[in-house]
Amino acid sequence: MSDIDEGLRGELQRQGIWVTSMQELYNWGRKNSIWPLQFGLACCAIEMIATAASRYDIARFGGEVFRPSPRQADLMIVAGTVTKKMAPQIVRLYNQMPDPKYVISMGACAISGGPFKQGYNVLKGIDRYIPVDVYIPGCPPRPEALLHAFMELQRKIDEQKLSGSNKAEHLRPDQPSEFPVPAFGAHDLEPAANADLFRPPEIQR
Amino acid sequence: METLAEIKARTETVAPGARLEIVSNGSPSQQASLRIDNEHAVEIARFLRDDPELRLDFCSNVTGVDWLDRTIKKTVKVKQVVDGVEKEVDQISEEVIPGYLEAVYHLYSIARKHGPVIIRMRTADRTAETQLPSLTSIWRSAEFQEREIFDLYGIHFDGHPDLRRILMWDEFEDYPMRKDYREPDDYEYEPTPHDDVLEKAKRHYAPRPQLDGAEKITAQP
Repeated sequence: MSDIDEGLRGELQRQGIWVTSMQELYNWGRKNSIWPLQFGLACCAIEMIATAASRYDIARFGGEVFRPSPRQADLMIVAGTVTKKMAPQIVRLYNQMPDPKYVISMGACAISGGPFKQGYNVLKGIDRYIPVDVYIPGCPPRPEALLHAFMELQRKIDEQKLSGSNKAEHLRPDQPSEFPVPAFGAHDLEPAANADLFRPPEIQR
Repeated sequence: METLAEIKARTETVAPGARLEIVSNGSPSQQASLRIDNEHAVEIARFLRDDPELRLDFCSNVTGVDWLDRTIKKTVKVKQVVDGVEKEVDQISEEVIPGYLEAVYHLYSIARKHGPVIIRMRTADRTAETQLPSLTSIWRSAEFQEREIFDLYGIHFDGHPDLRRILMWDEFEDYPMRKDYREPDDYEYEPTPHDDVLEKAKRHYAPRPQLDGAEKITAQP
């Protein structure tokens, strides 16, 4: 695939011959046309809207096509507080997105519950139910931070392999692309977290 | 605007038999409120809205209050004969006031440009009889707020057109704003816990091996 010698490639390029690989071409196309799912949850969504508008202009990175349907979206930007009442809908939307799909967890609330962490009604991080690719801290993060996260995601996509033992997750049939939707329980969401996905970090005391 | 005492006196003439009480407020605002009984509540509310002097046509806010059981300690000096000598002894008596739930309505008049007049209603207790009459038929703006009180405090408003939970999901069974509510235990990851949160997070901590030297002795055969 991409095991062409860099020196040889540079030499060929100087002679007017452009050599690439299927993987590079494929990832180049994918990373420059990431279509986000159009939804916002709280004040972070205002920053997301500002990022999409002319001043910050996410179109410079190929992410301007906000899709109102999960079936056409590649990227889910979880922008804002995820209440426990909203969490099943978020997971359901994620399940409806086609592979390959990516998640940016934007802002303190989507990461951990933020200022509502000790409340009874807010989910303490969307990573309890769906896998997250890039986390952005901030309350709310500035548009530059979202653009940075977007570029980080592009870098991540660029490094994904099309074949081999360490190929991208969406190409491996054993990797799940849908995750169980939590149910509304009598006291809390059931289950309170996806145990296969969410492992709280060990705190060093 | 009339004083609350004047409003109370006029209300008593309109709704004979109604038990009204002025509840004082010890805070700097000194906003006293009028406690009305549940049987005459709708009648009194209609009077407050339609009376040409008051015209309280705008219910700006409805809120709930949870009062737990309280014990009031009273100290009374009693004369007692101790060892043949009469002495004054402090006798402590305890009075238990059972808890109740309250709904508080803040009323203004757009027409007469005055307010607020605050009225409140009390339930019989906190668990079994948590009914109050709904005032949505008088002030339409109370509809969602009474639903919210039902959702968070568990007061059942009789006569409400659509009494469902409004913030929490329908399957939810608790009343989160009650003072004895216990939230779900999801404190497994607290990076910087302190105070109450630290106590809750400690329940998830792995037990630390207690090495005091004794295990070497007990391990030997």
